[in-house]
Amino acid sequence: MEIPNVSAKWAGKLSTVVIGATADQGGTRGSTVTIGGSAALPFMSFEGPVGNRPAIAIEVWDAGADTWPDPLKKAYGDAMASTTEWAKMAARFGADLICLRLTDAHPDLGDRSPQQCAQTVKDLLAAVDVPLIIWGCGVDDKDNQILPAVSAAAKGENCLIGTAREKNYRTVVAVCLADKHKLIAESPLDINIAKQVNILCSEAGFPVKDIVIFPTTGALGYGIEYVYSIQERGRLAALGGDKLLGQPVLCDVGFEAWRAKEAKVPPFDTVTDDNRDQWGIMWESATATVLLQAGADLLVMRHPKAVENVRAIVDRLNPAVSA
Amino acid sequence: MYVIGERINGMFADVKKAIQEKNAQTIQDLARRQLAAGATALDLNVGPASGDAKGAMMWLVQTVRAVCDAPLAIDTAKWDVMQAVIPQVPGEKILNSTKADIEIATEYVALAAAHDAGLIGLTIDADGVPGSLDKRVELGAQILAVAMEGGLPMEKVFIDPIILPVNVSPKTPLHCMQAIAQLKNFADPPPHLLLGLSNVSQRCTNRSLINRTYLAMCIGAGLDAAIMDPLDTELMDSSITAELLLEKMIYCDSYLAAARGK
Repeated sequence: MEIPNVSAKWAGKLSTVVIGATADQGGTRGSTVTIGGSAALPFMSFEGPVGNRPAIAIEVWDAGADTWPDPLKKAYGDAMASTTEWAKMAARFGADLICLRLTDAHPDLGDRSPQQCAQTVKDLLAAVDVPLIIWGCGVDDKDNQILPAVSAAAKGENCLIGTAREKNYRTVVAVCLADKHKLIAESPLDINIAKQVNILCSEAGFPVKDIVIFPTTGALGYGIEYVYSIQERGRLAALGGDKLLGQPVLCDVGFEAWRAKEAKVPPFDTVTDDNRDQWGIMWESATATVLLQAGADLLVMRHPKAVENVRAIVDRLNPAVSA
Repeated sequence: MYVIGERINGMFADVKKAIQEKNAQTIQDLARRQLAAGATALDLNVGPASGDAKGAMMWLVQTVRAVCDAPLAIDTAKWDVMQAVIPQVPGEKILNSTKADIEIATEYVALAAAHDAGLIGLTIDADGVPGSLDKRVELGAQILAVAMEGGLPMEKVFIDPIILPVNVSPKTPLHCMQAIAQLKNFADPPPHLLLGLSNVSQRCTNRSLINRTYLAMCIGAGLDAAIMDPLDTELMDSSITAELLLEKMIYCDSYLAAARGK
């Protein structure tokens, strides 16, 4: 029997976003990372160009690593006591980018000042030469204080900074424009708001082609079907020609996967002392793999072994886009 | 929605005057404003009063082409004008229009195909505008058959089932909607279905309201193109909203701005 050709034709194409700047480009990174550019569904290379290979960022915090689950503490060891040492180790584990989360700026935690946050960014830029993602603490007022400082500290480095949200986007848009960074546009698992945030940023003067969509991530077992369908719908609209959804998508995989009790304290009969640490790695790997197939272009991850697993999966699903 | 801006037509006093005085600025301003308001293409019609129809049409083409790359719909009932002008139109163009009689449609299809142009086909023949739904569909299908035979791809064909003013011909609005729905299914990919929208409200009050209500109804039936006034903001809003409700785009609070931004 002849197998019918069911490949679809697409009118739209995702924008291509470059993160990082080398010395030639006014920065100090050793290399840059390019994401997006697909004109087909993920890994469906018979439909059209699948764009750039999904990139993997490894997450580090400014402080507070003591709250991380044991398998992650074992992977990074004493390096976690210092953001720069932690980031160096992550880079050695093959991170395409480092994702700095300024958790300790949160008013209920360390309440770090804008100057302290800026210094952390400067130290990090000196310690590693991969491009940076810089993520605020998620509290609107505080982010509006720290993001201008960290953006200025990283001027010229073409970082990816976030997040712009529907109710709080003007400051981060302004500083990313002024200091020429790329922008994360966040929405709470809502395709309509994802589009709305993009048009708000666009009307505030930020080019939509320099946006990366963060549609909010959920882990395996914690609503991943919903996350998948939102991402899939956005990608179908983008490929159908909706320019306000035609941006690469970031997934916050490590953060979400390692919140699951199945990752931290696996409650399964087959768990033994020997394999206990594997569950979180599997949970993170599985979450990432599912979301790759919904169109993730940039994964923020934690465990080096999970990163290795996901790279192997990308290679297997689509050797053509492997580095 | 494939919006063909209707304003550059010698039936409008400002355009008539501009053609007579060769006032390029008035015409170019209308072209720019219609495109900025969301028109995909621009209709060009020298109007009934022009003595040198060919010369006036070529002047319109050159005047408008000097400021935009949008497809130009050459709107004339005169075959000799069409035949003379089409080969000289740079860029994308549409023949507006042919009737459904086979011998006439065959000539227009050949001219369109030879110049990679679009073609608007009216469901009208030697007997005039059909009084029944069946005849509208039959004539539409006849044009599609001629186009297929003449090698004109369906995406280049616009079938116009001819709307008449609702005060004169009260059954026509429904007939046109039904014809649109039926003709949409004649080919895959389907041809475009188009109306000269403003005609539905000729000599009526509430013209703008009638136009935008009927446009939304027709979009629901499968209409995807119209010769209409893009400068009527509420009309354009209705068009965008009707397409939103048909899931042609994803909603966001600023969907009107989003649609206009494309």
